[in-house]
Amino acid sequence: MSANLSAILYLVSGVLFILALRGLSSPETSRQGNLFGIIGMVIAVTVTFLSVGNFSSGFIYVLIFLAIGGSIGAFIAYRIPMTAMPELVAGFHSLVGLAAVFVAISAFINPAAFNLGIPGNIKLASLIEMAIGAAVGAITFSGSVIAFLKLQGIMSGAPITFKGQHLCNALLLILIVILTIYLCSTQSSNLFWILIGVSFLIGFLIIIPIGGADMPVVISMLNSYSGWAAAGIGFTLENTALIITGALVGSSGAILSYIMCKGMNRSFFNVILGGFGATEQTTAGQSKEKRPVKSGNADDAAFLMKNASSVIIVPGYGMAVAQAQHALREMVDTLKKNDIKVSYAIHPVAGRMPGHMNVLLAEANVPYDEVFELEEINNDFANADVAFVIGANDVTNPVAKTDPQSPIYGMPVLDVEKCKSVLFVKRSLSPGYAGIDNDLFYKENTLMLFADAKKMTEDITKNL
Amino acid sequence: MEIDPFIFRLSIFILSIFVGYYVVWSVTPSLHTPLMSVTNAISSVIIVGAIIAALSGSDGVVFSSSSIYGFLAIILAAVNIFGGFLVTQRMLAMYKKKKKDK
Repeated sequence: MSANLSAILYLVSGVLFILALRGLSSPETSRQGNLFGIIGMVIAVTVTFLSVGNFSSGFIYVLIFLAIGGSIGAFIAYRIPMTAMPELVAGFHSLVGLAAVFVAISAFINPAAFNLGIPGNIKLASLIEMAIGAAVGAITFSGSVIAFLKLQGIMSGAPITFKGQHLCNALLLILIVILTIYLCSTQSSNLFWILIGVSFLIGFLIIIPIGGADMPVVISMLNSYSGWAAAGIGFTLENTALIITGALVGSSGAILSYIMCKGMNRSFFNVILGGFGATEQTTAGQSKEKRPVKSGNADDAAFLMKNASSVIIVPGYGMAVAQAQHALREMVDTLKKNDIKVSYAIHPVAGRMPGHMNVLLAEANVPYDEVFELEEINNDFANADVAFVIGANDVTNPVAKTDPQSPIYGMPVLDVEKCKSVLFVKRSLSPGYAGIDNDLFYKENTLMLFADAKKMTEDITKNL
Repeated sequence: MEIDPFIFRLSIFILSIFVGYYVVWSVTPSLHTPLMSVTNAISSVIIVGAIIAALSGSDGVVFSSSSIYGFLAIILAAVNIFGGFLVTQRMLAMYKKKKKDK
């Protein structure tokens, strides 16, 4: 196939990828968008086969390895429970990162296959692009592995910090730049391996100080990195499909991290340089005087809801942990039968990744037009009779609006306290991720329901 | 003087960042999780590089030191492509509207 024709077809597949993302602007067009993405991928792979034009025994092996990887991927995709989506995405990011590293290594060992020169005399620009692709890929890989281990619970979600951490990271980053410069002047393969090693190390060090509830930012950030790594390799291979895709994914991840940071009213650097937990713990211990709390059981909750005319449900990560989404929908069905209006309010950072709660509710057959974002629904709390908070905590804390001393001051929160009554399903009074007490627990109109989210929801349904 | 082809690629790159910026802002927040899984799937187009690397071995030698990395990258990227698109499909199939008859 001529080089011009394949370049045009790569461009077509890049455009199809843009349309795939464009489709996600509404759930109706999203499935079609996904189809565009698949077509784009098929085109890109086919064109590559045709332009390499080498249908020797190696070609058979390529198909075999493709089939092996494909079946593993398909198997995972069908088996994974929706609650494990954050882990899955983190795991997949690590694969993209590692694939980028492998492609860069291969190009370094055998540059002639990619038209980049000969070993020991690789074109300067290609070498720089290769080094960037490999370094960013390696950071994506080790960072995503840590994120995966933290989300999976294999590694503690608590931030791991040590003295001189930032200095150490900064020095390593400078080292990467120096190594790249030396690599370009000497073309030494040892330097290339050291560069990759240091990049693995820094990816690991960047993610360990970040705590569990900041995971939405981390996952989005790694999403962005995997895109930049792909773009770096795209420049090396002079491939437009890769460059376009890399840029799309890179900016997509960056926007998502920005949205997540805004949802917590924290700067990107504040999140990256280590959690709330590490720096603000002192404020947590101060207001520990015992305040009265009203607690109730499923019976009381059912009574309150039965007499309400509108109920707003506020789900959070606790709902995902307790796998309570199906029980919740059953409760809502019962409420609807009694002509009670029900809607769902989702905070941008609820859960462990962007849109986590929406997927879980969709899984439980909740129609998406009953689910609202913070800005859409926040004014409705004042007119609602009951707010049902299930597994959320910090995102409902009114302190964010009233107390400038609080570490979460200024963070957008759901105005749950404006409801006539608040039902708060929680296992204990322990503070949330930010390490601060939730004023909502002690409000006149709050009824605490101390139980496992799933069990409590089922009990309420029985009592309705 | 002729323009270096690198400049063309850089232009494509910069413009794609802008396209990505506007397209992603128009994605509805409730679809942010599928957005992540689909971006993950499409970034596996890196498989293009993996295939070139895997087929770089000279005649008769399928597995050379450089093509092995290519084959490994093919497995990783294939897991991602199939896994990413299928899991996105599965998620998107769950997003349903309220039934009209209610």
